[in-house]
Amino acid sequence: MSYAESLSLTLSEVILAAGALVLLLVAGWAGDKATRLISWIAVVLLAVAGLALLGPAGAAFGGQYQADSFAAFAKVLIYFAAGASILIAPRFFQLADGSHMGLRAEYPILILLACVGMGMMVSAGDLLSLYVGLELNSLAAYVLASFMRSDQRSAEAGLKYFVLGALASGILLYGISLVYGFTGTTAFDGIAKAYGDGVSMGELFGLVFVFAGLAFKVSAVPFHMWTPDVYEGAPTPVTTFFASAPKVAALCMAIRVAVVAMGPAAHQWQQIVIFAALASTILGGVAAINQTNIKRLLAYSSINNVGFALIGLAAGTQQGIAAVLTYLAVYVVMTIGSFVCVLQMRDAEGRPIEAISALAGLSRSRPGLSAAFAIFMFSLAGIPPLFGFWPKFLVFDAAVAVGLLPLAAVGIATSVIGAFYYIKIVKIIYFDEPGEEVFAANNNVVETGLMLLTALAVSPIGYLAIPVLGQLSDRAAGSLF
Amino acid sequence: MIQAFAFYLFATMLIASAVLVISARNPVHSVLWLILGFFNAAGLMLLLGAEFIAMLLVIVYVGAVAVLFLFVVMMLDIDFAELRAGFVRYLPFGLLLAMVLAVEMIFAVGAWKAGSLEMAQRLVPIPSDVPNIEAIGDLLYTRYLYVFEGAGLVLLVALIGAIVLTHRARGGIRPQNISEQVKRRPQDATRNIDQPVGQGVEL
Repeated sequence: MSYAESLSLTLSEVILAAGALVLLLVAGWAGDKATRLISWIAVVLLAVAGLALLGPAGAAFGGQYQADSFAAFAKVLIYFAAGASILIAPRFFQLADGSHMGLRAEYPILILLACVGMGMMVSAGDLLSLYVGLELNSLAAYVLASFMRSDQRSAEAGLKYFVLGALASGILLYGISLVYGFTGTTAFDGIAKAYGDGVSMGELFGLVFVFAGLAFKVSAVPFHMWTPDVYEGAPTPVTTFFASAPKVAALCMAIRVAVVAMGPAAHQWQQIVIFAALASTILGGVAAINQTNIKRLLAYSSINNVGFALIGLAAGTQQGIAAVLTYLAVYVVMTIGSFVCVLQMRDAEGRPIEAISALAGLSRSRPGLSAAFAIFMFSLAGIPPLFGFWPKFLVFDAAVAVGLLPLAAVGIATSVIGAFYYIKIVKIIYFDEPGEEVFAANNNVVETGLMLLTALAVSPIGYLAIPVLGQLSDRAAGSLF
Repeated sequence: MIQAFAFYLFATMLIASAVLVISARNPVHSVLWLILGFFNAAGLMLLLGAEFIAMLLVIVYVGAVAVLFLFVVMMLDIDFAELRAGFVRYLPFGLLLAMVLAVEMIFAVGAWKAGSLEMAQRLVPIPSDVPNIEAIGDLLYTRYLYVFEGAGLVLLVALIGAIVLTHRARGGIRPQNISEQVKRRPQDATRNIDQPVGQGVEL
């Protein structure tokens, strides 16, 4: 295969990388005055890259890059989440900083480069390209986490994320080196062949370390401890980004490694995934109950959700993977919606408020925002009329189909526990006496539009999308088997 | 013959400069001895036929790392006399570490003598007639082009990150603005005054 053909398969990454480089030059010449322009161009680039995914499927660069419908499905979610986090940023940074400095022009560019990395992750057909993509995404994420460098919590979040992320990369690399040492190749098909001939002790150790590293990146228990601190400290638009796009990328990467590279060793990794899924759903459900900070609560909620998604992976069948993809699609929409709601929690000067107690009696002053909050919370809890119920049902269905009945039962039980804290927020909004805190009015069209769009998508109207979503995710999962 | 001579030359110089690194009184001299040590290690690598690692040693370690050390040593106010004060107290611990290292080396040599590791599963057999810089370059720009470009982007992100997190626009400075200077016309800058004799000039 010639380079031109390979490059044409990686078109979406080429568009994003080249666009980011040009925008970097624009930022260099025009400075922070051009941030708004750069943000919009970045969103357009993401849309164009999304359209480029319609191109042909195939393996590029000797199998290091796989362009298939699985990668395309994941990338659409990633680009959507990234675009949303670019759009909601300028206003937040303008108001939150206090100095009214506004957003620096590097923010959209770093997100674009992170998207290139995430594209490499979900398309990786080789442990090398997987690792490079992961590092590209992680490095951009570390910088984004401490983007408000004058804010102590933001700087702390960045440092914490960096140190723990470096540790996770080390664990993953150690696993990769073991896998390479014992199978003699880093290509996924070669690894699958080696694992198919029987799993030796060294290969087993490699598998365990690789999965530990991956669990760190998807923030599954017992490798979750960085998540609440980083989500709380990072600026809210960045938290929105962390909770959506990289999570999709890391989960899809884990799925590809598990199914394509280590498929023959499914019995070995199934135990790890089942444990991580159980622990994540339980801890994510229980630990969130006592939280007083809304961003921390949503961080535990994301741990909980990752646990549910891992239940689908634990099933290991095409049905299970399709369920995970549907789950991720709905999860991304719900997460972006709820974080846009959190963004609306601003005092009169526009400084962000994060205490859950500040939401008390919100329904009287801001009925629209309260309704949106309620929709997202009910949907996250998985209460039937809302769309959040459907993917949970699919995941449990897939687990039951392969006989993982106890896992599904525990999942359902923790889902009920989790419902407690989601509904508690609804109760605070609708039934508590309002405090003296009054939120500043929202006059931003973009944020209102995003909130409306995501709320409609997770409302019962979302059920209309089931045939399309089901078919797409089924086809995407089918391209792995 | 010449190889053996070169080996002993590089090896003795390496050990001698390594000893001088830790025994030199002036930390700047230590760094200079370290650079000499790197050069000699590069020479040893050349003798082994690993030109690529030799080049890396010179370019990366001498060119970048040692210069960085030099900067750090010169910028930081470290009291080296104080650092050395605990030498006798930590001697037993140091000796223990040295012994562990020595035992490990003996094991490694023993294992190596017992037979090499299974390398049959290598993806690409090592060609014996191609120098290894050429071989690496060949793979880097063909088979691993994708990963190589990805690594380039990783470095770019690190660069952007370093600037974003540390760069500050400083206020209150008066930089030269050349275009303003060029655009300035005489009538903006000078004026004619018909100055009466015996009075002060009003500016």
